[in-house]
Amino acid sequence: MMSNDQRLVHMAGQILRNFAAQGREEAIAATAEHLTLFWAPRMKARAIAMLEEPGAELPEEVRAAFAALRHPA
Amino acid sequence: MTFTREKDFGTPEAMGAAVSLTIDGQEVSVPAGTSIMRAAAMVDTAIPKLCATDSLESFGSCRLCLVEVEGRSGYPASCTTPVAPGMAVRTQSDRLRKLRRGVMELYISDHPLDCLTCGANGDCELQDMAGAVGLRDVRFGYEGENHLEGCKDESNPYFTFDPTKCIVCSRCVRACDETQGTLALTVDGRGFASGISASQDESFLSSECVSCGACVQACPTSALIEKTVIEIGTPDRAVVTTCAYCGVGCTFRAEMRGEELVRMVPWKEGKANHGHSCVKGRFAWGYAQHRDRILNPMMRGSVDEPWREVSWEAAIARVASEFRRLQKEHGARAIGGITSSRCTNEETFLVQKLVRQGFGNNNVDTCARVCHSPTGYGLKTTFGTSAGTQDFDSVRHADVILVIGANPTDGHPVFASRMKKRLREGAKLIVVDPRRIDMVRSPHIEAAFHLPLRPGTNVAVLTAMAHVIVTEGLVNETYVRERCDTDAYAEWAEFVSEPARSPEAVEDLTGVPAADLRAAARLYATGGNAAIYYGLGVTEHSQGSSTVMAIANLAMATGNVGKDGVGVNPLRGQNNVQGACDMGSFPHELSGYRHVSDSAARSLFERDWGVSLDPEPGLRIPNMLDAATDGAFKGIFIQGEDILQSDPNTTHVAAGLAAMECVVVQDLFLNETANYAHVFLPGSTFLEKDGTFTNAERRIQRVRKVMEPKNGYADWEVVQLVAHAMGLDWNYTHPSQIMDEIARLTPTFAGVNYAVLDQRGSLQWPVNAAAPEGTPTMHIDHFVRGKGNFVVTDYVPTDERTGPRFPLLLTTGRILSQYNVGAQTRRTANVEWHEEDRLEIHPHDAENRGIRDGNWVSLRSRAGETTLRAKITDRVAPGVVYTTFHHPDTQANVITTDFSDWATNCPEYKVTAVQVMPSNGPSDWQRSYRAQAEASRRIEPAEPAE
Repeated sequence: MMSNDQRLVHMAGQILRNFAAQGREEAIAATAEHLTLFWAPRMKARAIAMLEEPGAELPEEVRAAFAALRHPA
Repeated sequence: MTFTREKDFGTPEAMGAAVSLTIDGQEVSVPAGTSIMRAAAMVDTAIPKLCATDSLESFGSCRLCLVEVEGRSGYPASCTTPVAPGMAVRTQSDRLRKLRRGVMELYISDHPLDCLTCGANGDCELQDMAGAVGLRDVRFGYEGENHLEGCKDESNPYFTFDPTKCIVCSRCVRACDETQGTLALTVDGRGFASGISASQDESFLSSECVSCGACVQACPTSALIEKTVIEIGTPDRAVVTTCAYCGVGCTFRAEMRGEELVRMVPWKEGKANHGHSCVKGRFAWGYAQHRDRILNPMMRGSVDEPWREVSWEAAIARVASEFRRLQKEHGARAIGGITSSRCTNEETFLVQKLVRQGFGNNNVDTCARVCHSPTGYGLKTTFGTSAGTQDFDSVRHADVILVIGANPTDGHPVFASRMKKRLREGAKLIVVDPRRIDMVRSPHIEAAFHLPLRPGTNVAVLTAMAHVIVTEGLVNETYVRERCDTDAYAEWAEFVSEPARSPEAVEDLTGVPAADLRAAARLYATGGNAAIYYGLGVTEHSQGSSTVMAIANLAMATGNVGKDGVGVNPLRGQNNVQGACDMGSFPHELSGYRHVSDSAARSLFERDWGVSLDPEPGLRIPNMLDAATDGAFKGIFIQGEDILQSDPNTTHVAAGLAAMECVVVQDLFLNETANYAHVFLPGSTFLEKDGTFTNAERRIQRVRKVMEPKNGYADWEVVQLVAHAMGLDWNYTHPSQIMDEIARLTPTFAGVNYAVLDQRGSLQWPVNAAAPEGTPTMHIDHFVRGKGNFVVTDYVPTDERTGPRFPLLLTTGRILSQYNVGAQTRRTANVEWHEEDRLEIHPHDAENRGIRDGNWVSLRSRAGETTLRAKITDRVAPGVVYTTFHHPDTQANVITTDFSDWATNCPEYKVTAVQVMPSNGPSDWQRSYRAQAEASRRIEPAEPAE
């Protein structure tokens, strides 16, 4: 079973794959928008925090989507 | 309300142009096609009858309803004779009286004369007709050959069949044929030897009878009668209310004697069910009085302690103080709540209000998370609103019916009967389902196509259908041009037209023969009005939302949205799952599907509630459980849901609940989730409170209190007590005031209030200034979002894969007699039809594993293992196994994984890679869970009052 961090990455990757037909950049933007609309602040905060963690295994597109998130209030 | 029977007009309503005639000298104007019997009833002239009732087509067998028609010879039966212009009818004359008495004499000469001790005494049409025709003696005597030695069939737990009371009027047979569509009953034998037979002269319980009770309701004597009427007596009052099972939303007359419910009789005026019901709604209400009900609040220090009964004050104070403590120590977002799709709109609204106003966050979710959340996402994205497009009556105008991922005869049986009626009239059926569900082939019904797809390939199948429609020029181009976003259409059409999306290209993947898929697509596109009905076999996948959008794409491309007989129709699982979603139960939406980040919508609520609302979405149920195991989510209020049994990956759910410091469960019973609860607040049943439910066709219907809450409070009152204890100034004295607030804050409910609901019976939202009488069909002139939005739905395989260790695919579902986690139905006689969950397995897979029918087998996935008994059947394809999730001893969700829909996190219940092997005992998990559950349900005896 996945850890909670792995689950966040997995979920983001799944969203990306479902937007992939739109093209890479569009898919990243659509994923970031989806996360903004539907992920709770602690999930978004964790996603942003993972960007700075050397051990975090983030696929390239997931990293780009997380990087497009704003820090929630 | 005092007790009066619903008026019976004798024959069904007709819809023709007006025809004028006279009945006993009285001028009458009725629609052409109306029978003389009905026309007479419309002016309160009751013509004697026995074989006629207005829920069934006229039959003309009893010969009691004879009349005289001026200028015509003989005495025609008024039930089978239609009115004609200028017709002059006499319903009473010496000759008619003699004829009718003669008929009655024959009936009564072969009928037990035990009226005073008969269960139907005072509620028997035969008795009434004997009086109506003035029967005073029986010239033939009672000693002749008769049927009075017949044996009573008491096999059905809910009703008896006494052939000695039967007059062979065929009303039961016709009800089973016309209303229910099961055709389980017949008249066996001829002439004097004729009698009613269930299936091949079997008992009712062992026959094909589905116990819907339509025959009992149709019976004019006590030949078929509810056991409760025999035990309690006839009712003395009736209250119209709405069923608490499934999203069909049948309305019933709860027929009462004092505070005791005698029987539930489907209400003829009910617009969702038109006087029909299923075994659950009509009969399975005994759970409301079951000894397992918890009627007093309880608390405990930790989950390994026994429960202690406490006062309401103590329990509510503990809830409030613990929640406030947790927020103080861990932050405002450390707690949340779950609303119930079994509770009323008003109660659901209050729970989300408690979370948003009282907890100060958006951590509220509902069981729709695990069923129809992809419907919300998919239909909002494509059409602009999160709901089905039609009313149920629409199916009467459908020419092609596509059922995908739904099993209506089991999950939505009353609507299935409507659908089957339309199919018997000639509509064509396409079934897309891994299992050969009953709709594929049943009496007088055969699907034109059954596409038995491999679980998890819905999107590939639907996109291949779209490929056929686009590449073969079957698109309704005028509709698309006028009603849809043409840029989005062009992009979608180009995508689906690619050779990789063709039926031939995906045949190996989906398992659906390309030729069948092409033919089914052509039928859907060209067969006339085409309607799609779908269920959880669509939504509970990693691509649930994509599948919903793929369905919407098909409907738009063929112009099948915005009129009668077509549409996209989600068959909602629980009674108020539509309402729970409408009421703002999702963590990202306020009532009426407005995002929490929408400052204009938020400010409406902020002004009304006097607080600032969190603009960030809250945690979904699986996110709450993840956050709990992370130590960030500490307390939860769960009303009327049993997430430990219903949600996927039970081990993970248990770990999440165990990590919380304050779990509050409000329910009728100590459910499985309550094993992890610290406070238990007893709930009330639908019979014990006022409110509204909203069914799958967006129909808002009243729930009316027929008895006082046995626990002391309706659920909305309990939530208000918690709100008060948390410092909120709520002052509701009746649920109607909550509905007024909902209407004030929710544009689609703007015109809804109890007065108009009582007046009109029901309303389908949107109800507002533009549609004061509601909206049976949506998107008529334009989509709610403006132009219909085609969405590219690429097939993305699930991450759940079969392999050598787990070579089979498990898919789950439910059956007719049980409901959801079974908390209600397991506490009724419905267990006679389904006392345990069984694993359906194909004969080849069973043989390969040395499994025989009825053997215990172990069912194992990457998530867990359980054991249950095998049922060998070719209903499932090789490589696929199927089970239900109604019994906690099985806990099918120990097996399901935490993979979920990409857009909504709706769990992927329908695809789990498993292995099945013979077994000789329960799994380790089952043993330990059973021990824990028993320990958790200990209740310390209450200390005597000082």
